[in-house]
Amino acid sequence: MDVLYFAWVRERIGIPREQVETSAATVADLVAELRLREERYELAFSDLTALRVAVDQKLTDFDAPLDGVREIAFFPPMTGG
Amino acid sequence: MRVVVQEQPFDIGAETTNFAAGHKDMGAIVTFTGIVRDLPGDPLQAMEIEHYPGMTEAALTEIAQTAIDRWKLGDALVIHRYGRLVPGEMIMMVATASKHRKNAFEAAEYLMDYLKSRAPFWKREITDTGESWVASKVEDEDALTRW
Repeated sequence: MDVLYFAWVRERIGIPREQVETSAATVADLVAELRLREERYELAFSDLTALRVAVDQKLTDFDAPLDGVREIAFFPPMTGG
Repeated sequence: MRVVVQEQPFDIGAETTNFAAGHKDMGAIVTFTGIVRDLPGDPLQAMEIEHYPGMTEAALTEIAQTAIDRWKLGDALVIHRYGRLVPGEMIMMVATASKHRKNAFEAAEYLMDYLKSRAPFWKREITDTGESWVASKVEDEDALTRW
């Protein structure tokens, strides 16, 4: 699936998007996999309360299932307006 | 309903005139405009706004449709810019049309409250002393509870 990063999450990980092959069942499982990869992921995902997640462009929670999902995005709380 | 996400400036006069035209059954039009504000003590050179193309338009459309249904609006308009803006520039505007002013005002406030913390935009401030992402405010999250 495509994994997208925005704002300081993008800066910490160093790329705006990447393709990830995973069998993770939920968003939280995917986050756990990514954290084990490299220090920069650990740094970006160290505090999940500071992060928001969208699955197929819809805001959701970290326990959301990933079955059939095409796109997942991680970002800080939004600051529009 | 019209939802626009664009980098270039918009003309609030022309947008408001166009929005008001063709709504003869609507007695009230409310508009709100957000402007890049300079920072006291640490002059702002620019504000950079990042967004999530695709999700931004979908989120704004959903928020606007909810407002239209709940306040029985005749129409709603949301324009939000992204990219590099300098102090004094207009960031965004909303407009609502309803039969009477109360619904138009309330719906405009609802739109503002929701697009502050539920539309995927992120602001970055560039000042003389450095750059930093704007942190979300607890008040902005709390503001949603009244709806």
